[in-house]
Amino acid sequence: MNPIIAEIEKEQVRPGLPKYRTGDTVRVHVRVVEGGRERVQVFEGIVLKCNHKHTRRSLTVRRVTAGIGIERTFLADSPRIDHIEVVRYGRVRRARLYYLRSRIGKKATKVKERRFR
Amino acid sequence: MVGIRGRRVEGERQMAKAIFGRKIGMTQVFNESGDSVAVTVIEVPKTVVVRKRTKERDGYEALQVGFGEVARSRVTKPYAGQFREARMQATRHLRELRHVDCSGFDVGSQMGVEQFEAGERIEVSGTSKGKGYQGTVKRHGFHRGPMAHGSKSHRRPASAGSTDGARVFPGKRGPGQMGGERVTVRGLRIERVVPEKGLLLVRGAVPGANGSLVEIRSRADGIKG
Repeated sequence: MNPIIAEIEKEQVRPGLPKYRTGDTVRVHVRVVEGGRERVQVFEGIVLKCNHKHTRRSLTVRRVTAGIGIERTFLADSPRIDHIEVVRYGRVRRARLYYLRSRIGKKATKVKERRFR
Repeated sequence: MVGIRGRRVEGERQMAKAIFGRKIGMTQVFNESGDSVAVTVIEVPKTVVVRKRTKERDGYEALQVGFGEVARSRVTKPYAGQFREARMQATRHLRELRHVDCSGFDVGSQMGVEQFEAGERIEVSGTSKGKGYQGTVKRHGFHRGPMAHGSKSHRRPASAGSTDGARVFPGKRGPGQMGGERVTVRGLRIERVVPEKGLLLVRGAVPGANGSLVEIRSRADGIKG
């Protein structure tokens, strides 16, 4: 990549994001502007996939509410994201958890926990 | 005077500012409202006015500008003479900027990204990427024929006109060289100016390959891009 562009992208990176990977359960705090008022909305779910490419990082979070799956993709470095917290670490064997989409019920939201030694 | 797209414009068409730059490439940045915006990064080198074209002497007004570093051995004698007359160091490129506001500039005066500011409407010209010799489907957007059912007219240009004309009329679109020509994109917006590094971040795409020379112009003739 061109060094000038690399530098511009580096400036966009926000420091202090926690380390997360696919399978983790995260809480994304999003700043929403509603009729001139700003508030923080929380979106909690399993990280379906994440992209750490270059400095344009993104993550897709899936949650199931009332039997309906909702997926949201966030630009991790966006100033619209207040912060991200990791609720649970998951142990998965895939980089992209698309198989969760075809699961129904309890299985759809369960991922084994990652244990640290 | 009739302006662009046939609209009438009062008086002479006057550009306020213009400058040359190098297309670096594209990326995305976040703006103040937090939106991610696709931008083209243009590096504007230090530019000096080498000569002024005047109505009396040359029949038109323009600024001849030089920019980019060059080794002394690479400067040909005719070029070296131009710079000697202006008493300055030779530059790699020597170009003219027409339809600019020449007042305020003299031989030796410098210009850079500072004359532009974020939010400004601009137009950018460059040399488009060469596509080679292309058929009518890619070059002019002709429809193609059926790919099967016995048809052989897959991507052919088909008829070139009626038999009554007994000839092909000039301007008939056909296959030929595509790209590698001067293209102007209007109505672009400057997203950000980085004066320390001489960078312009322009919202959207700009013609040409990365590393190619582009001309950036503001529009002062009252027409919104």
